[in-house]
Amino acid sequence: MRAYTPKDDVQKKPYYTDRYWVAPQVAKSDVSADAVFAADLEAIKAKFEVLDAYIQVKQMVVVINAVDNFSVIELLKNELEYNQLSEMSAIDWLADEGKFEIFYQMLSMSKRKRLRIKCKIDEKESLSSVSSLFRSADWSEREMYDMFGVVVNNHPFMKRILMPDDWEGFPLRKTYPLQGDEFAQWYEVDKIFGKEAREIIGPENRDPARVDRYDTERFSRLGHEVPRGADISQGEPDTPLVYQEEGGVFLIQKFDAEKSVVISDRDR
Amino acid sequence: MAQHQVNYLKDGGLPVALTTIDKVVNWGRSNSLWALTYGLACCGIEMMASGASRYDFDRFGTIFRASPRQAELMVVAGTLTKKHAEFIRRLYDQMTEPKWVISMGSCANTGGMFNTYATVQGVDRVIPVDLYLPGCAPRPETLQYAVLLLQQKIRRESASRAQKPKRLM
Repeated sequence: MRAYTPKDDVQKKPYYTDRYWVAPQVAKSDVSADAVFAADLEAIKAKFEVLDAYIQVKQMVVVINAVDNFSVIELLKNELEYNQLSEMSAIDWLADEGKFEIFYQMLSMSKRKRLRIKCKIDEKESLSSVSSLFRSADWSEREMYDMFGVVVNNHPFMKRILMPDDWEGFPLRKTYPLQGDEFAQWYEVDKIFGKEAREIIGPENRDPARVDRYDTERFSRLGHEVPRGADISQGEPDTPLVYQEEGGVFLIQKFDAEKSVVISDRDR
Repeated sequence: MAQHQVNYLKDGGLPVALTTIDKVVNWGRSNSLWALTYGLACCGIEMMASGASRYDFDRFGTIFRASPRQAELMVVAGTLTKKHAEFIRRLYDQMTEPKWVISMGSCANTGGMFNTYATVQGVDRVIPVDLYLPGCAPRPETLQYAVLLLQQKIRRESASRAQKPKRLM
């Protein structure tokens, strides 16, 4: 018997899903195909445990234990000539396996090779910082903490980098709603006016398609301006664009469209 | 017997113009709108273009000032992030009365395309707005028109109104 699925919100769901769809994978090849990478991998394997290693899109990917991350990158930098940490961050796999995947994208200028170190940590686990090896890791690790909540040990200034210091939640986690949780939605109101102002100011309008044709409180159409709050359900008057009031302004010459000159030669 | 008949109530009788205090004060206010340089995003580029020589805001008396103490017009030009919301409120509070706000562009009006956790969904959630200027980004002519509309609005107001600070709440 098939498992029962509730049908009450079936209209809101996509009506067609391909059961046989498989996410495409980038082809992996063995490390022995590339002599430079094979030598690098041997050097890493001699000192550390390597869980997996392969070549993908001409870049070697080495999966290691999270505790070795500092020593492996130190080895890569000092002995294997990988002298740039071009990128690092985390990937949220909490839903699938309860872990974060941390990646370090390295570049060797002399070997002209790119290499990626990967390791996995649990949600509550922390990682040691590589910012003493690469200055670029300083802000990357702060951003990783800001966006995913991955705490990094031995970091000189472990603090949020993009979001405000008093922010709650980690926005790039898959569980974080795009339009913000309750804290995010009321953040500016709570901070500036206090929580008691929530009722007066009201919730955010998150519907981008919301158009009230007859709303004259907020917007008026150019050339159809009416006083604020006027009722235009019967149609609004067509008012020509004027730059000054009808009678002109005291001491100011009135703009006369008849007397204006159209410059056709731009280089005049 | 006066040699010339002088009609004091008619313009041209004497080199004297009759007006009201309201009109004079509002004339001064509306034609010297000093704006705070407040470019937050790409609308700021259009705002700078409006101030530069081709569009030339100076001829409307709108001069950009780098201090809120010297400004009475805030053109919120760009995306307002939630992190920045408290600073815009602080700068608005530092401006001297009377003060006006133009919300320039879709992002400042409604949050625009940034329907996300980090963007304030309309600057009117934080500060009171006098004029909403649509566009993404509005061209300098549009901002000029907005300033001229704001001048009209200022001229309609009573100059002697009590200097009651505008509160959003």
